[in-house]
Amino acid sequence: MEKTFTVTAETGIHARPATLLVQAAGKFDSEINLEYKGRKVNLKSIMGVMSLGIGKDAEITIYAEGNDAENALNSIEELLKKEGLAE
Amino acid sequence: MSTWIKGIAASSGIAIGKAYRLVEPDLSFNKTTVEDATKEVERFRKAISESNSELESIRNYANENLGADKAAIFDAHLLVLNDPELINPIEDMIKNDKVNAEYALKETRDMFVQIFEQMDNEYMRERAADIRDVTKRVLAHLLNVIIPNPSMIAEEVIVVAEDLTPSDTAQLNREFVKGFTTDIGGRTSHSAIMARSLEIPAVVGTKTATTDIQNGDMLILDGLAGEVHINPTEELLQSYKQKQQEYQQQLAEWAKLVNEPSVSNDGKHVELVANIGTPKDVEGALNNGAEGVGLFRTEFLYMGRDELPSEEDQYNSYKAVLEGMKGKPVVVRTLDIGGDKELSYLKLPEEMNPFLGFRAIRLCLERTDIFRTQLRALLRASVHGNLKIMFPMIATLDEFRKAKQLFLEEKENLKNEGVPTSDSIELGIMVEIPSTAVLADQFAKEVDFFSIGTNDLIQYTMEADRMNERVSYLYQPYNPSILRLVKMVIDASHKEGKWTGMCGEMAGDETAIPLLLGLGLDEFSMSATSILKARSLISKLSAKEMEELAANALQKSTVGEVIELVQSAVTK
Repeated sequence: MEKTFTVTAETGIHARPATLLVQAAGKFDSEINLEYKGRKVNLKSIMGVMSLGIGKDAEITIYAEGNDAENALNSIEELLKKEGLAE
Repeated sequence: MSTWIKGIAASSGIAIGKAYRLVEPDLSFNKTTVEDATKEVERFRKAISESNSELESIRNYANENLGADKAAIFDAHLLVLNDPELINPIEDMIKNDKVNAEYALKETRDMFVQIFEQMDNEYMRERAADIRDVTKRVLAHLLNVIIPNPSMIAEEVIVVAEDLTPSDTAQLNREFVKGFTTDIGGRTSHSAIMARSLEIPAVVGTKTATTDIQNGDMLILDGLAGEVHINPTEELLQSYKQKQQEYQQQLAEWAKLVNEPSVSNDGKHVELVANIGTPKDVEGALNNGAEGVGLFRTEFLYMGRDELPSEEDQYNSYKAVLEGMKGKPVVVRTLDIGGDKELSYLKLPEEMNPFLGFRAIRLCLERTDIFRTQLRALLRASVHGNLKIMFPMIATLDEFRKAKQLFLEEKENLKNEGVPTSDSIELGIMVEIPSTAVLADQFAKEVDFFSIGTNDLIQYTMEADRMNERVSYLYQPYNPSILRLVKMVIDASHKEGKWTGMCGEMAGDETAIPLLLGLGLDEFSMSATSILKARSLISKLSAKEMEELAANALQKSTVGEVIELVQSAVTK
C-alpha cells in the first residue's frame, strides 16, 4: 500500500515532525518506508528520515507492507494532517 | 596551598562545599577480533538496553523538573538509540567482520556523523552532536566506565565543569548541588540562567576551573564577587562562613517583604515587577514578591527549537503565565529577535551592524505571518488574566500604528471566529531608541504605556556597543543625558494620564533606584531575585527628597558627579 503527500509545514520535516512520524511508525509491525526524490528510507529510522532533508512543498510517498499496513497508513496520514505537516 | 580563580558572577549567593568534577571520562579502546560474534552482539544489546533505561530516567527527570520541551530532546535521543539504521549495521559488522562492539559502534557512528556534518542545513549538522551524545553513552556502557551522573550525587557538592549543557543540568540533583563553576560561559549562557532559576550561586567563565580544581577539593564559591577559592585557609573559610550567614540573614530580612507593597517612607507607591522568560519563571517571580511581570521576553519560546512555535504552543505558554500571575499585570514583549539573538531556522542575511539593523518590530512588520500568529495567541490568552502587550524597538509612530493595526485586525478576526478576547488589553511600546524618547510627548497620545529598555537606550544614546569591552566605560546609566531622556519619557506619559515602567538592568540598580523614584517612574521591572532588595531600599527612601535629588542630578555635568550626589544623599 502507498500514499503520496505534499509537505505543507514551513520548516519541512525534521526534528519534532520527524520524531512524531518515527514514533508513530514504530507502533506498527508493518514495514514502513518513506520515499523522497527517489530515495527510500525506513520510516522507523529517525536518522533515515532526517537525512533526507525534506523541505516545504516536497512530494513524499509512504509505503506500508504487512498485516497492519492499512492502520499504519491511516494513522500516519492523520498525524500529518493534524500537525499541519503535509496534505 | 590556598589559591583562587576569578570568573563572572552569574548567580548570587555563597556556597561552601566539596568539588564534584563533571568532566568527560576516558573512552579510549582498541580494535580487537572476537571469537564468539553472537556473544559480542549480546554484549552490544545489553549496552543498548542499559543506555535506554538511563536515557529514559533522564527524560522522565527532565519532564518533571524542566518541562516537556526539554524532555523532547531526550525523546529524540531515544529514537536515535533505537534506530534500526544505526543498530543493524553495527550488529552486521560484528557478525561479518568479527570485530568488537566498541569498534563497530565507532565506525558506524563516524559514518553517520560524517553524513550529517556534510549537510548544507545547519540544523542537520547539529544533529551530528546528538548521534555523538547517544553513542558515547553506549560506548561507556560497553567499556564499563561511568559517565558522571550528577543525578546520583548524594552529598552536598559544588559542580565543576567545562560548561553545563541542558543534558547535564537536567540531571542535577537540586537537593545536593549547592552551586557550580564553569570554564566557559557568560551571564546569559544556559548555565547562568539555570543557576538563577534554581537560585543557587554560580561563577562561570573562569577559563581554568576544570584544570585547577580536583575532585574533593574544598571550595568557596562566591557568586557575589565572582570568585572561587580552592582549599581555602581556615581563616578565610571562617570569614566566608560569616559572610554566608550575613547574606542568609539579609535574605531572611528581605523575605519579610514578600507580601508587602512597595512604598517609600513617605507613602509613595510604585510597582516592583519581574522580568521573565518562560512560564516556569512565574513561581520564582511570586516567591520573590513580584507585583506583576514587567517584561515577558517571548523570544525564549522561539529559541532552542527548530521551527516557529505554533499558535497553540504560544497560547499555552501565555495562558500559563497569565493564570500563574493570578490577575496581576503581565507585560508581554512581542518577538525581539535579530541583533545578537538569532534563530537557526529563520535565516536572516548577515548585517554589518546587526544592532542597528533588521530586528524586533522591524522584522515583525515585514514577516507579518510570524507577528500575526503571536498576536492571535496573545489575544486568545488575554481572557486568562491581566495582559498588556508592548512592541520592542519602536522608532516611529508609524511603526506603532502599523503594529496596532495588525493587532486590531487579528482581534476582529478572532471575534468573527467566535473566539473570546479581552477588551482591556493595554498596548505600549519599549522606549529604547533615542528618537522615541525625544518624541515621547507625541507617542504618549497614542500608546497606553511606556517601558524604558535601558540596555539599548544607553547603547544607542552613547553610541557604544555594550559587548565591546574597550568602550564599556561609556555604558553610563547615570549620565545626566540618560536621566534627562528618562525624565522626558516619564513626564510625557504622566501628562497624558499614562504610565512608564523600566525593564533594563538599571531598574534594579541600587544607585539608579533613588533617582528613578525621584523622576517619578511608576513601574520597576527586574530579575525576580532583585525585587525584595529593591523593596527594602525604597521603603527607606523619601519620594519627596528623591525628587529633589533627581532634579539636582539632571543639572550635573558628568556621571561621576551624579554618583557622588546619590551616594552622599542615600548613605547619610
